[in-house]
Order: sequence, then structure tokens, then C-alpha cells
Amino acid sequence: MQKATQMGKNRTGIQMSPADTKKMLQEAKGAVFTPGNDSGIMEVRTAYIHASGPVGTVPPPGTAKGALKAGAQALTGKKAHVLIDRIGERLAFERTGTRLYEAFLTKCRAEADGSAKEFLAQVEHICAEEAAHFRLLVECMQNLGADPTAQTPAANVTGVESMGLMQVVTDPMTSVAQSLHAILVAELADNDAWDELVLLAEELGQAEMAQQFTQARDEERQHLASVRQWHQQATLRESQVA
Amino acid sequence: MASLLETKGTALERQNFTWRDMVQQPISKLDDDAYTRVMVILMNGIEMEAMRFSHSFARMCPDRELQLHLAKVRRKEAHQQAMVNWLLGADHSTLETTIGYEQVAIDITAAVAQKEPDPYLAQVYRYGLLEDFDHMYRYSALMDRLEGRDANNILQSYTDILPGRPTIEEHRDPADELRRHYDRSKAQPLSKLHALTIMAAEQQTQNFYQNVGPQYADPVARQLYAEIAHIEEQHVTQYESIIDPNETWMEKWLLHEATEVYTYHSCVAQEPNARIKAIWERFLDYELGHLNYVAELFKKHEKRDPMEVLPQKLPDPITVASQREFVRKVLAQEVDLRAKGADFVPKAQETEASRAYRDQLNADGSPSDTVAAGYKWMPGTELQRKAA
Repeated sequence: MQKATQMGKNRTGIQMSPADTKKMLQEAKGAVFTPGNDSGIMEVRTAYIHASGPVGTVPPPGTAKGALKAGAQALTGKKAHVLIDRIGERLAFERTGTRLYEAFLTKCRAEADGSAKEFLAQVEHICAEEAAHFRLLVECMQNLGADPTAQTPAANVTGVESMGLMQVVTDPMTSVAQSLHAILVAELADNDAWDELVLLAEELGQAEMAQQFTQARDEERQHLASVRQWHQQATLRESQVA
Repeated sequence: MASLLETKGTALERQNFTWRDMVQQPISKLDDDAYTRVMVILMNGIEMEAMRFSHSFARMCPDRELQLHLAKVRRKEAHQQAMVNWLLGADHSTLETTIGYEQVAIDITAAVAQKEPDPYLAQVYRYGLLEDFDHMYRYSALMDRLEGRDANNILQSYTDILPGRPTIEEHRDPADELRRHYDRSKAQPLSKLHALTIMAAEQQTQNFYQNVGPQYADPVARQLYAEIAHIEEQHVTQYESIIDPNETWMEKWLLHEATEVYTYHSCVAQEPNARIKAIWERFLDYELGHLNYVAELFKKHEKRDPMEVLPQKLPDPITVASQREFVRKVLAQEVDLRAKGADFVPKAQETEASRAYRDQLNADGSPSDTVAAGYKWMPGTELQRKAA
């Protein structure tokens, strides 16, 4: 079914009901407003911020011996948990990203006008690379003696951030262009996160890991460039249809 | 519609679903009329109550055969509930759905209050109405100040966003929540249908708020949902107390089915979306099937005519439309009423028990006051005013 954005009977704005809106803005007898302003919201939030602990912790590496055997350079103290947390974040993001692209592929194949078919093969390629990045990160976690099945705090928070992206792509009512925008948001965040991961690995003396991350980062750069281009094309195509 | 039991509807064994059939395309949050969403939410509440009642009955029913009849009808209600509730799209934020729930509470309760033949029950509805009216205002403030969204995108200018009876003052002692029930032998059938309809709507609202409150990260939102969920608990207590507890289980079952027929009939009469109207028509026929099924059981178990309980004909549909003028009139005249036992009294006569209960709950601050302090709705959110 046609999903391109069209002019229609959108009822959400006040221009659709000017007479009713005028009545809404008239004063009502008996309505007593609470005095003050929104500063109380800040006070409540501040009190809870002061009283709240963190979302969770990074699990300690369970197999330090295994890490040494695998050749990873020793990580100790605070540094180790930061790297494990951030690798855990990327691992979770790439895993969800694979599913995001799988859902997007279905949408592209189902699109009525067939305009998405021109980049289907590339989307399949990106999807495979997302899965490969996930497996790379699993391996890195294992080399550090950490648990790749654990959900780290950064993975958890990024998961919360990303909830809307999957909702958009899997919604049968959204178009390829709208889905591409969600994927663009994912790729933008992903690119910066890989940059940080490369820096972190270098900072912590994990040269081999940094090299592998750099390659993944470069592939993600390509993903971003492609998605950005497809999104622009889809937007322009819609404007021509209109 | 002809005499209520003359229309047989769809027989139970022909009420079949597939998952694909049950899970259809949702309504459009942007393009559908706000009252299509209102009817979806209302009918979800009606179906949820049908199931909750049936489970309660089954748990108190030693008759194995009757338990099976309850289970058979209940299974159909479960299918219907899913099909109806799944019409809400995933693009509704929880707060947007909440605004829809309050629109139901305001406009459906106002419609019922005006048609209610019993003056005391009409007063009960008007009393509850002004409290839900205030909830709309508080949630709209939260939506604006938390998400930067305009509640009127959902309301479509049909329903006002103004303070009602302040939520901070709605917390009452349980003794001030129980009302007088109608008399099953004297009340008009319409009064019974009204009571079940509004109780069902309020019950689903309480369940919804108590379930979705923890989905928010923001402590202000978490507190507000906790607070308003407690008023909905009070409202369920109020509305279930107006129903005669002397009705037999079978009598109550029959009335539940009649309420479903009545409310689907109301939806059929007013639904502007043809695709959704077809669902209301289908389910009206299903509910007529349930009603006839239960009527036969009623005859067998109670040895009396179901028409002693049911209305001869369906009353006029519940009006599903803007109730702005009526609500404003009630607001001007009754905002300062308070509940004292089963009666409604001037503010000064409120009980010490309710004041003490409320003071204790609000001792660390009032979420509903905090979120809406100085809040006045304007189109496009209050940031429009700040920018001006």
C-alpha cells in the first residue's frame, strides 16, 4: 500500500477546529489554577538525582587467565571496566542493528513502487557487516576475559535510547523514507561511538583491538554515507511525487 | 433495534478469529477523529470488565457446567478485547494514550450524567467527572513540560484543558468513597447499564495507570501516575458501590452482556471510520449472541424471565461528542462539593478523616500541584507563550 507522505485530513492542529479552539481559550468559571511555575519539577528531579544510585554495574572479568592466554594486554583497575562497558555497549548496539536492518530489508522488499530495490543488495551487505561487528566484539570481550552475554550499563542505556528506532522500522505504517531516517539516527550515533571505542582501546594499550575497531569504524563510515544518501534520495523522490 | 432478545446476533460457535484477523491495522493517530480513539478505549474497558467479572463469577461458582459456560463466553470476550485494544497504534506515547483515557472519562461520563434518570446517580457522575477533568489538565501539563508535546493533538479541541476539582484535594478516606447503591428492583435498566459502563471505564484507567506509571524514567511522571492511579482506585470504589450488591451473579452477568450490546450499539451509531464501524457492527452481533446465550442460562438457573432485568429495547446510544458546555456548567456550580460518606456537601463540611488522610499523603509535596504550577494550556505548548 502507498506510504509516501500525502496531503490529507490530519486533525491534530487547531486550524482543523478554529471555533472549538476559541472556546478552549475562554476562561472558565470555577477553574482555579495552581500558582507558581515549573520550578518544582526541577526540585523533585534534583532530589531524586541526589538519592538515586547508578543503573547498574559492569560485571568483573570472570576468566583473567583466559584473557592472558588469548594475548590481550593486561587491563587492571578502573580502566578495565570502562572498556568492557563500552565494548558491551557496541556489542549490544550492533546486535540490535543487525535486527534493525533485517526489519528494514523486509520493508524495502515489500515497498509497492519498488524504488528501494536499487539499494537492496547494499542493505544486505550492511546487515551482514553489522552481524560481523557484533561477532568481533564478542571475541574482544572473550579475549579480555569478560562475559559477552552480560548487559553492561552503557549497553542498557543505549538500548533505552534506541527503543524508538526499532518501533519506527517495524511499524507497517511507516515508509522506507521514514525508516531510513531512523536508521540514519542509528548510524550517526554508531559512527561516533566507534570513534570513541578506537580512542579508548588505543588509550588502554590494546593495539590489536584498536586496529580491528578502526576497520569496523571505517565500514560504519561507509554505512552512514550510504544511508544518508538513500535518505536524501527518498526525500527528494517524495517531493517530486507531490 | 427490535426488542432486545428478538435479535439473536451471531451464535457463539460462529464467533471465530484468527491472529491475523484479531491484529488489524491500528487507527491513525493523526487522521482519525478523536472520538474513534475514545470509542476504542471505552470498548477496551468494557471488554476488560466483562472478563474480570466472568473470572470473579467463576471463582465463586461451584457449578462446573456453569463454569464452562462462563469460560466459553469469556474466551470470545478475550478475542474481542485484543482486537479492540490493538487498534491503538504504537505511535501513541503512553502520555498520549493517557490523554485519550481522560477524554473518555470526561466526555463519556458527562454524556451519561445528562441521560441518567436517577438524580442521585447523576450527581455521582458529575462528582467524578470534575476529578477526571482535573486529571486531564495535570497530565496535559506533564506532557507539555516533560515531552514538549501538545495534548490537544490528541483531544482535537473537543475537550477543555482546565483545572477541575484539584487533584490534591481528591484524596479521601475510604468511608467517604462509598455511595448509596441503586435498588435492583426499582432502578431503570438504563441506570444499571450506565453504572457498569462508567465503572468499567474507570477500572481500566486505574489498571492502565498502575501498569504504565513505572515505564517513565522521570520521577515527576512516576509520582503523578502514582497519585492519579490512586484517585482512579477511589473512582472504581465509588462506581462499584452504586451497583446493587443484591443482584444475583446471573443477573449481573446478563447486565454485563446487555451493557456490551448497548455500548457497541452506541459505537455503531456514531463511528465515522467505515473500517472501524464494521468492527463495531460485527461485535454488536457477537454481543447479541452472548446476551441470548446468557438469557437461556438465566432462564434455566433463575427460573424467571430475563426481560424482568433487561430493558425492552435498547436506550438511545450514549452520546460520543464534545461536552464542553455541560462540563463548564458543572465546573462552575459543583467544583467545591466534597464527599461526606455517601453524600455530597459543601467544602467546609468535609470529614476530618479525609483531610487527615490527604495531609499525610501530601506531606512530602503534591505531584499534581508540582507538575501544573502556573500551567495554562495554549495551542502548541506553553513554550509558544514563553517564546512570545
